[in-house]
Amino acid sequence: MPDNTTGNGMHQRTISALVQDKPGVLARISGLFRRRGFNIASLAVGRSERPGMSRMTFVVEGPDEVIRHVAAQLDRLIDVVEVQDISEQNIVWRELALIKVAAPADSRGEVLELANVYRANVVDIGVESLTMEISGGRQKIDSLVELLKKFGLLEVIRTGRVATLRGTLIEGEEDGLFQSDISNPTYILPITTGESGSV
Amino acid sequence: MSKNLTGSQIVCEALLKEGVSVVFGIPGGAILPLYGVLSQYPGLRHILSRHEQGAAHAADGYARSTGTVGVTFATSGPGATNLVTGLATAMMDSVPMVAITGQVGRAAIGTDAFQEADITGATMPVTKHNYLVMRADDLGRTVHEAFHIARTGRPGPVLIDIPKDVFMEMGEYDPDEPIDLPGYSVPGKAEESQIEAAAKLINEAERPVILAGHGVVLSRSFDELKELAEKAQIPVVTTLLGISSFPEDHVLSTGFPGMHGMAYASLAIDQADLIINFGSRFDDRIVGDAKRFSTGSKKIHVDIDPAEINKSVHVEAPVVGNIKDVFAQLLPKVEKTTHVEWLQRVEHLKAEHPSLKIPESDHLMGQHVVKALSDVTKGEAIITTGVGQHQMWAAQHYQFKNANSWLSSGGAGTMGYEVPSAIGAQVGNPGKLVWSICGDGGFQMTMMELATAAENNLPVKYAILNNNHLGMITQWQTFFYNEDYQAETYTGNPDFVKLAEAYGIKGIRVTSQDELEAAIAEANAHDGPVVVDFVIEKVDNLYPMIPVGQSIEELIEDPD
Repeated sequence: MPDNTTGNGMHQRTISALVQDKPGVLARISGLFRRRGFNIASLAVGRSERPGMSRMTFVVEGPDEVIRHVAAQLDRLIDVVEVQDISEQNIVWRELALIKVAAPADSRGEVLELANVYRANVVDIGVESLTMEISGGRQKIDSLVELLKKFGLLEVIRTGRVATLRGTLIEGEEDGLFQSDISNPTYILPITTGESGSV
Repeated sequence: MSKNLTGSQIVCEALLKEGVSVVFGIPGGAILPLYGVLSQYPGLRHILSRHEQGAAHAADGYARSTGTVGVTFATSGPGATNLVTGLATAMMDSVPMVAITGQVGRAAIGTDAFQEADITGATMPVTKHNYLVMRADDLGRTVHEAFHIARTGRPGPVLIDIPKDVFMEMGEYDPDEPIDLPGYSVPGKAEESQIEAAAKLINEAERPVILAGHGVVLSRSFDELKELAEKAQIPVVTTLLGISSFPEDHVLSTGFPGMHGMAYASLAIDQADLIINFGSRFDDRIVGDAKRFSTGSKKIHVDIDPAEINKSVHVEAPVVGNIKDVFAQLLPKVEKTTHVEWLQRVEHLKAEHPSLKIPESDHLMGQHVVKALSDVTKGEAIITTGVGQHQMWAAQHYQFKNANSWLSSGGAGTMGYEVPSAIGAQVGNPGKLVWSICGDGGFQMTMMELATAAENNLPVKYAILNNNHLGMITQWQTFFYNEDYQAETYTGNPDFVKLAEAYGIKGIRVTSQDELEAAIAEANAHDGPVVVDFVIEKVDNLYPMIPVGQSIEELIEDPD
């Protein structure tokens, strides 16, 4: 299970959406989060296995029940074919980072050693710096970035999280699943307890 | 069979295929190519509005009152942005509409061209869906998709933005091309297990209440609602937008609840052991403090939109489906019963909390006007309102006999809705009596549409409850802002009778209770639009009242 605490009491949730590959889809989706003042912590978009469809994976921060409600509203969008909140499920997830770090001759050996330990690949090397790629979970990438700081980070470029359900689903672990079959009882959302009507 | 036509012709042919016969709009540069072909399509009647907001509300009033999709045309830039309030109003109340806007030519999009506005960007949150169509070949399918989306499922407004040169481009139109919306499905029947669970709760309940919302009206399930209520002898509370879904002279009719609803309706909900919600979204004006809302009851929530389930109130039995289908599934499973004790208790509540007691006064009050309107029209008129005290008096004191005869901006709370929506309702219901109950504030937001009524000789009757105040604002400043009155008085209101006459419309002024019935009868008898200026008492707070975010415990029923 991915780590999904952000350290400030908010929860991160991973939402996967299959959407029609059309202009404006991302704006419609991000609008539903923006409306509530939520930050999208990471976002990855790409063509899916189905022609004309893209897959989006978001990591969003906010109260669980509100995010679940937003996910139900996402499914209401015409261009959204399927939405799944896969946070609590048995998923495989990865992020990719390109890290450009200062690596003059005297420290290059140490930097390469760290890259080796973290199974990062060096993809470019210059006289004073090198760039490595690393994929994995957020904590793994965070910790490599932390260790490389003392050498002088020149640039850190991270993709959003991409995630998929594992091939074998364990029975009873389907919490947070928003299927696009609207009559499905998994639509029974937890209740929000916020203040009502303020005007 | 596919046809080669201009984009404008494709739009018109597709509108006709969708059964459209009336369009409300105003031309402008970018949409002129569409107007340029209207003479070829005499089946499309164009009603020229005076402001795009008016055109949108008229299309909304037409849609609500006829059950068909309302259509509006507007040009690019300000024409399109002027539609936004109308679209937001329709979106909040789930009204089926299609708005067609002109856009600057394709090459100019994104360059801050003259009269350019990113209207698909601007209207994303206030439409069910919208389109920017970049090829004439796509127009026909897009129009048909838009109508399908607007009228099915939970209805709503759809906007189609069309660049000027796409209107002029030649394209293929195949009226039989199938629509392709893989992300959109239309709920029909509910899951049998949900029906079973709901039926069980209904059959076990001792103190059930039906809460009938706009979904009953939108799905035209009036007969089914009555059948269910009568079969199981369940009192029917309608929401503000559910008004006229159930005849108000029926013994089971129990008013509308919430902030300014009847005390007995709110009390019945509070004392019930089961709330059966058909197509209401448990709006905050009904629920108030969700933690203290009808804590002793279980809840069934029937809604076509699964995103509404458990949004603000926790429910034991969600039923997701089209309300008309759900009634058909539910009715055979609900047992015939009587609930004698409970109905007696509800009758007591009605007797003990009349709520609608009209203050004794020699002056003319808003309530007197609505009561007289209700009496003289026998509760059979189509009523439109704006938002504020006049709306609540109309909801409280007009006794609706006919299904779907109440058009009011509920969710958005749009002042000014009353004037143009009445025009749309009259166009859609030529033989029927339409009364628009207005506040003097809201009336002045859209009163330019009097010209539209005059031009088309639409016999809409406008009743202005004129107290030279923003009455609801005054009331809130009284209750919540230490009587610190700011920006609540209109000292420069026009003479509304003279204003009407300036438009060539009959104007009548009423200043006392004695004149009420004769004036209303005179307006009804006049073959054309009428403005009646009812000069009512200046400050008259509206009761009952449950302050915002509170519960029935904080009900202010009668200040004396």
